[in-house]
Amino acid sequence: MAVTLDDVRHIATLARLGVSEERARALVAELNTILAHMDVLSRVETTGVEPAGAAGLAAAPLRDDAGPAIPLERSREAFAPAMRDGFFLVPRLATHDDAAEES
Amino acid sequence: MTAADAVRAAFRRADDAGADASALNIFLYEDRDGALARAAALDGEPRRGPLHGVPVALKDNIATTSLPTSCGSRILEGYVSPFEATAARRLREAGAIVIAKTNMDEFAMGSSTEHSAYGVTRNPLAPDRVPGGSSGGSAAAVAAGIVPIALGSETGGSVRQPAAFCGVVGVKPTYGRVSRYGLVAFASSLDQIGVFGRTVDDAATGLQAIAGPDPLDSTSAREPVPDYVAGSADGLRGVVIGKPAEYFPGDLDARVRDRCDAALDALARLGAEVRDVSLPHSRLAIEVYYIIAPAEASSNLARFDGVRYGLRLEGDGLRGMYEATRSAGFGAEVTRRILLGTYVLSAGYYDAYYRKAQQVRALIARDFGSVFGAGVDLLFTPTTPTPAFSIGSKSDPYEMYLSDVFTCTANLAGVPALSLPIGRVDGLPVGGQLIAPHFREREMFAAARALERALGDEAHR
Repeated sequence: MAVTLDDVRHIATLARLGVSEERARALVAELNTILAHMDVLSRVETTGVEPAGAAGLAAAPLRDDAGPAIPLERSREAFAPAMRDGFFLVPRLATHDDAAEES
Repeated sequence: MTAADAVRAAFRRADDAGADASALNIFLYEDRDGALARAAALDGEPRRGPLHGVPVALKDNIATTSLPTSCGSRILEGYVSPFEATAARRLREAGAIVIAKTNMDEFAMGSSTEHSAYGVTRNPLAPDRVPGGSSGGSAAAVAAGIVPIALGSETGGSVRQPAAFCGVVGVKPTYGRVSRYGLVAFASSLDQIGVFGRTVDDAATGLQAIAGPDPLDSTSAREPVPDYVAGSADGLRGVVIGKPAEYFPGDLDARVRDRCDAALDALARLGAEVRDVSLPHSRLAIEVYYIIAPAEASSNLARFDGVRYGLRLEGDGLRGMYEATRSAGFGAEVTRRILLGTYVLSAGYYDAYYRKAQQVRALIARDFGSVFGAGVDLLFTPTTPTPAFSIGSKSDPYEMYLSDVFTCTANLAGVPALSLPIGRVDGLPVGGQLIAPHFREREMFAAARALERALGDEAHR
């Protein structure tokens, strides 16, 4: 299951990372070297083994997945510098026509 | 000694040791004025407990409102959290004084504190060597004698490994023992705040203050917190200590093996029964860890998008802004792990890598359950395969990952573990690791305390 240059470009897109062509080529080698070590896992007999995860461990209690929602300690307004109509305001993209407007 | 005296002494020691970026590069942010003001206030109050007026340092991924929380990353440079981590709040309420935030591998991804955007931290005992990582700054702050207690965080050994490299005590509690509220997430099923101390008692005192359930972290455990400091240090009669074969491989550094044998002899002289045991799936831990941790990281670090936190670089449209911001903000190791994690979670590879790793993780945890269920109280292993390595000596990422080979199993299984100094090799500290069943920190501290006293000065020479 060797990683290809197209794979690196694809996962970089999924991960929202801009990766130069030169760096992408280096990453092909780096990821393949790392993943080659992982191939040992394919030889482990795991038929019928339930995957772990914190929820499967005795030390990781989870509350019931049920409502109502936990009330916030502070108002939503306390978390952001600006809000309008119940929404958080974030900086506009510079490429928007109206970017010069405030917020 | 007043709290003000203690704080002044800590900063004097920091200056003498060279905690700033020009020398050891231990601190990212200091709070001299705030710490002295808080000390003056505490000096006018009744004593709150053993941490009253004690200067402490926090790893820079633990949220504080008085100092920035950068996680050693450019993407969070200068970011000040609007809320305080529960562990930081509990230390403060116990009377401790946070004097500084410490350097770390970016987003806790690393084993040497060489992957910080703010430069390498040097080992105070051997400045040409790494302090370990990712909590290298906190380990170095204790090793340099600046603070007696510091907080770090663990995902695969990031407290115990630097504790071993710096000759101090480091404890990773049971998963869920300490609230993760305000700890910047790396791999949420593995992350846990840990404590460094000069001594076992210092580390136990620190953990005592921060342990316990927290309504702000639904994975924090409701299990009662026993007294970690009061445990007996007299002897270990009746205690069974397992020596797992997989942690003493044939190619283990002979000098590390000798130190471990001496520690096991000391445990036996204290009355413990040392029993050979096997944790066969531990051999696969590094492979499992380096699939699960990057997978979780790739999801957790998606939040750093140029909109909600810190750095923002404009690009072509929304996607261009995301990509420009994240590419400029994350360093090489973080980028590599995000891509690795994205790959193992992507369609077509999920079952082969991520699901398989979670299955083998279950087998690793099952091994611990079997050994502890068969009458073994604690396990003893080396903390690391070698003492601290030279700065710049590990350029292959996978070779660096192997630094965690003896520590990441405890994170995968969720059990508590502790590293304490057991001797030196060519002047470099060697750490011995005790691993306990879930929520048996008290018994782990008691055995560590007994071993610490039995070894005495031998642990530091």
